[in-house]
Parts: sequence; structure tokens; C-alpha cells
Amino acid sequence: MGVLVNKNSRVIVQGFTGSEGTFHATQMIEYGTNVVGGVTPGKGGQTHLDRPVFNTVAEAVAKVKANVSIIFVPPAFAADAIMEAGDAGIEVIIAITEGIPVKDMVIAKEYIKGKNVRLIGPNCPGVITPGEAKVGIMPGFVFQKGSIGIVSKSGTLTYEAADQIVKAGLGISTAIGIGGDPIIGTTIKEAIELLMQDPETEGIVMIGEIGGNMEAEAARWIKEYGTKPVVGFIAGQTAPPGRRMGHAGAIIGGTEDTAAAKMRIMKECGITVVESPAFIGETMAQTLRQTNKIKYF
Amino acid sequence: MNIHEYQAKELLKKHGVKCGAGYVAETPEQAVEVAKKLQEETGTKLWVIKAQVHAGGRGKAGGVKIAKTLDEVREKAGQIIGMTLITPQTGKEGIKVNKVLVANDLYYEGEHKPKEYYLAILLDRSKQCNVIMASAEGGVDIEEVAHKTPEKIIKEWVDNRVGLQPFQARKIGYALGLEGTAHNDFVKFLFGLYKTYLNTDATLLEVNPMLRTSDNQIVAVDCKINIDDNALFRQKEIAAMRDITQEDPMDVEASENGLNYVKLNGNVGCMVNGAGLAMATMDMIKLSGGEPANFLDVGGGANAQTVEAGFRLILKDPNVKAILVNVFGGIVRCDRVANGIVEAYKKIGDIRVPIIVRLQGTNAEEAAKIIDNSGLKVQSAILLKDAAEKVKAAVS
Repeated sequence: MGVLVNKNSRVIVQGFTGSEGTFHATQMIEYGTNVVGGVTPGKGGQTHLDRPVFNTVAEAVAKVKANVSIIFVPPAFAADAIMEAGDAGIEVIIAITEGIPVKDMVIAKEYIKGKNVRLIGPNCPGVITPGEAKVGIMPGFVFQKGSIGIVSKSGTLTYEAADQIVKAGLGISTAIGIGGDPIIGTTIKEAIELLMQDPETEGIVMIGEIGGNMEAEAARWIKEYGTKPVVGFIAGQTAPPGRRMGHAGAIIGGTEDTAAAKMRIMKECGITVVESPAFIGETMAQTLRQTNKIKYF
Repeated sequence: MNIHEYQAKELLKKHGVKCGAGYVAETPEQAVEVAKKLQEETGTKLWVIKAQVHAGGRGKAGGVKIAKTLDEVREKAGQIIGMTLITPQTGKEGIKVNKVLVANDLYYEGEHKPKEYYLAILLDRSKQCNVIMASAEGGVDIEEVAHKTPEKIIKEWVDNRVGLQPFQARKIGYALGLEGTAHNDFVKFLFGLYKTYLNTDATLLEVNPMLRTSDNQIVAVDCKINIDDNALFRQKEIAAMRDITQEDPMDVEASENGLNYVKLNGNVGCMVNGAGLAMATMDMIKLSGGEPANFLDVGGGANAQTVEAGFRLILKDPNVKAILVNVFGGIVRCDRVANGIVEAYKKIGDIRVPIIVRLQGTNAEEAAKIIDNSGLKVQSAILLKDAAEKVKAAVS
């Protein structure tokens, strides 16, 4: 099962015939994801990777019943692609594209508000429910099936966390890369809410970074409504204020969006916070053992 | 991207926003020439000589001076041009001044006493829309106002569906205590600013101070605009305003090589794929008893070329006592990265600091073998905690 994507997802690729789209679509198909086609305006009617190419998302929805879309469209056109998917009735849009102007994202997010659609990203590695569907650019083999959900702003740090979780004897239910931009479709809180409601998920790893207030918002929600143990890590304890650290959104703007402040708030809200990224997996395993002890003995 | 005050004011004027008049000069002689011109055009009785640097806090640091005669213009421009300005925003090394703005006097005497205000437009990340921030406490450090007396800051959020509305501008104007023609002027001023903000793909537009002159006009005395780097592809005119003399030369070299680099003050250099993992690696260095010397994200394709450019960049920093390479190979195979590292190392030759290479992911074990069998002074690690231990040993 997992959340957002599973074996029943009917996935299309926007930017299907481009180099990124082709490469990652091939990888997703090899993984076993149910990729039902793709969209490249002007190439409708062609076949690519043994699957149909459509001119519009609406056509893909009508003809192959697509309900999930992954976007590899270049930054200048990506916001338009998100809106097109929202308009066509896609249920989950996963935008991988990095470098979309903020102004465009504000418009795209406003446009899909109120529609029955969830946007993940942009500037994210995507979503994977191991053994069922990989809708993203992550290395699939790292994510072995299990009961730990991951929510993260970062790509490679997510792979690192997943690898540690697997080596600690656990596995992943669904890993959600929410993206590192200032304006993103799904917040940490919303992603955690989904995992809290997922019967297959027993524990959650939450990976944040400097900048913005999403981690604090999520922590407060967890304190109030959380039902499963959460282990948290915040990247950027050593980042200087005012400098952008790679991700467009990773910049300390005040006193409340430093790593230290976020870690303090998370601890206050009952989250097990790890200081070193080397101990995410072990800590999750320990926390789960303790929780289960309380539950069963 | 940052631009200079004089460039920001050009953009404002294009959108009908009233600013002080002024011209840029690169030498004291030019400063005198433009000062004369300015006097003819505006009748100003004195001139303000302002250092053009990508940093705030210029006034207190000696980067803004008033000249009452043309001789003083020459003298003061001479003092400022070429100086290294150290402000709370520049760090210890300071920032070199190559240009000054010679501006007219806006604080002339008249019916009212001139009054300074603060006005800014920026993206509110938590509300996911633009916000107007204003305060009657202008001309000062706004962070301090926000911290000590937050009630003195007025905020008005712009609805993404309809944009800034006239009632909102009026509301802010009255809250600032502006009346009569000054109030009307302010509404126009704010709409001009908002248009500038949208048309330039700005992420921050700050006018501090905004001035109500003695004859009730609203003008921008100083202006700062930050532009969204991701939008530069469609802001060609603004992209051409980039002044690389205001940027750290190492940052410039990094961006030319497609690397994302930020210099820090520590002793352990690091090279990582992915921004989040790069920050996490810096944190781990600190927990191992070292201090990170830099942030460096080599991106998805860590090949021999990017690795070599990365090593060269890190090795330019004399404080670096050890280097940690941390790559999680997903789509990029670790053995290829390892070969790239060995190749880059041999090409550079004389590397005097210990290097710890941690490769995890696809083909991690083969990668460790390649590193161990290379005969180079490079230690390999697969687990992150092993890498942390090796960093600890290298710095102690």
C-alpha cells in the first residue's frame, strides 16, 4: 500500500521524450512502475519506450486513464506543466524540475488550490513505495520494503537515511521527497499526516534543513495529533546566516529558522532528534524498540 | 542575485517610482563632473556620496559622506573609491568599493520636517504569498525594530488571485500616519514598487529609507533589490547588471565550473553530492571535532572534471587540514566516482592534506577497492560513521 503512489498508480511522464524524461522513465519502468505513457507537445501519436506519447495531459487522462504525473519539463515551462496536469484531473503531480522561478510557482500553486490534486515538489527526488512504484529519480535498490516512512527536503540525504534504515534491519513504507524550494506543493506537516494515517507505516523519519518554518509547523502538529514515533534530523547546524546553501529555500533569514531553533522545537514536541546524520537509522530502530516495549509489555 | 543601489533605482524609475536623482562615478574627477551636472538639473545645494557595494550598513562604516562644495566632492569621493568597506554584512574581509553614487540632497528644509519610513515587499514563505512590510521607524536597522518593537511593523499580505488592491495601499498609508497629498503620493509609490517587484522577478525589494520630504513628496532615498536567480533566463537586462567584483572570487570560480560553493572558516574541506547531504556532512565534521571549511555540492554527476575542480577550489584555502569526500551514488555509480577521484588526484599531484573518501550506494565496495588500491594517500570509508571517525583522527 504505502501512500501517494502504489502498484495501481497509472503514471505518465511530462517531458517524456527529453533526455531526462527518457532516462528516468526507463529506470522507473525497469523498477516495475506502471508507466502508461507520456506527454510531449507536438509529438502526440508517436510511441516512445513502447508507450504512447500524447500532446496534452487531458488526452493521456482520457485515453490511458493516467492518475499520477511526473514532470521533467525544463524550468521555464514547468509551472505551466503543473497547471496542465491539475486541470486535466491528475491526482498526484510529482515535479522533479529544479530551478523554477518563485513567481511561477506562486501562480501554479494558487491555480491547483481547491482542485482534487496533490503536488509534490518541485526540486525533489520524487516518491517511492518500495516493491510497488518508484515515481522519481532515486536509486530504487536502496529502498527495501518495510514500515518506516520518510519525509525529506533533500535527495541524497534521503537515500542516506533509507540506506541506514535498511541496514538497521528495518525498511521503507513510502519515502516522500518534498523538495528544497521556497514554494512547494506539499509541506512536511501534510506529508507526515499522510504517513500517520497509513496502516503500513509504524515509524517516521523527518529530514529538514535550515530556512522556513515547515519543520516547526510539523512538530507542533505531531505533538498534538501524532500517533507514531518520529525521528528527526535538521541539516545545516553549521550553516552561516544569510547564505543560500544549494537549495533555493535553504537560507537562514531570522532566529527561528536556524537548525538549532528547529531542533529545539522538535525536541519540545516529543520528536527524537539526532544531531549526527550518521545515526538516523540506528536511532529509528532503537526508538521503535522502545515504543513497542511500551506497547506490548 | 544582488544589484547595486543605482541599478535598483534605475529599475524603480522605469516603473514610475520617484527616487532621488544621481549619477555613478568611478573616479573623483568623474564625481565632480556629475556633481556639477546634478546641480544644474536639480539645484541641489549639497551632494551625498554613496559607496556602491553589495552590502548594507554602509553609513556607519564610512561609505556614505556629505559634500558641501565641489572640492569636497572630489575629496570625499576619493576617500570612498578604492576603500575596503567593512560592515556587519560583509564579514571581516570587507568589500571593495569601485563606484560611488553622487546623489542630490532630499532632506532640504521646508514646510514640514522630513520624515523617514521603511517599506519592503518580499515573499512570505509560510503564507506562500507576497507581503508588504512598512514602518514609521525608517532609516534604521529594521531587524532591530522587528525584534524589540514588533508592533511598529505593519504587514499587509497580497492575495495571489487578485494582486495588490488600492484599499491595502491606503490602509498602509494611513497606518504610517501619512495624510493629504503625501498619502496620495504614497499609494502611487507603493503600486510602482509592487509593479517593479513583479516585473523584475524580485524576491525582496526594500526601500529604506523612504522619505516624506519637507514639501510632502514621497521618494526612495535608498533601495535594495534581490532577484530570483532562477528567473535570470528571462531577465536578461538585469542579468547583465551582475558585478562579479562584488562576489567572492572563489564563489565565482565555483559557479563557472557548475559547482555550488560557499566558503566557511573551518579546517576540514568537504565535497558532497546534493545540498542536503552537503549540509549534513558539514554538521558531521563539526561533531567529529573539526570545523567545516566550506559547503560544496558537486551535483548529480560527480565526474573526474567536477571532482578535480572541487579539489582545486578546496585546496586554495590554506586553512584546510583534511578533505572529506562524501558521495551517495544512486544513479551515478560509486566505482565511476572513485575512478574520477583517482584521476583528479593524479592530475593535481601534490596534495598535502589527508583525504577521506566515503562512497556509498551503487557499487560501493568496488569503489572502496579502487581507492584502497590506488596507492594514493586516500582513505576509504563506506559507512558515514566510519567516515566521521576518520575525520576525527585526521584533525586531532
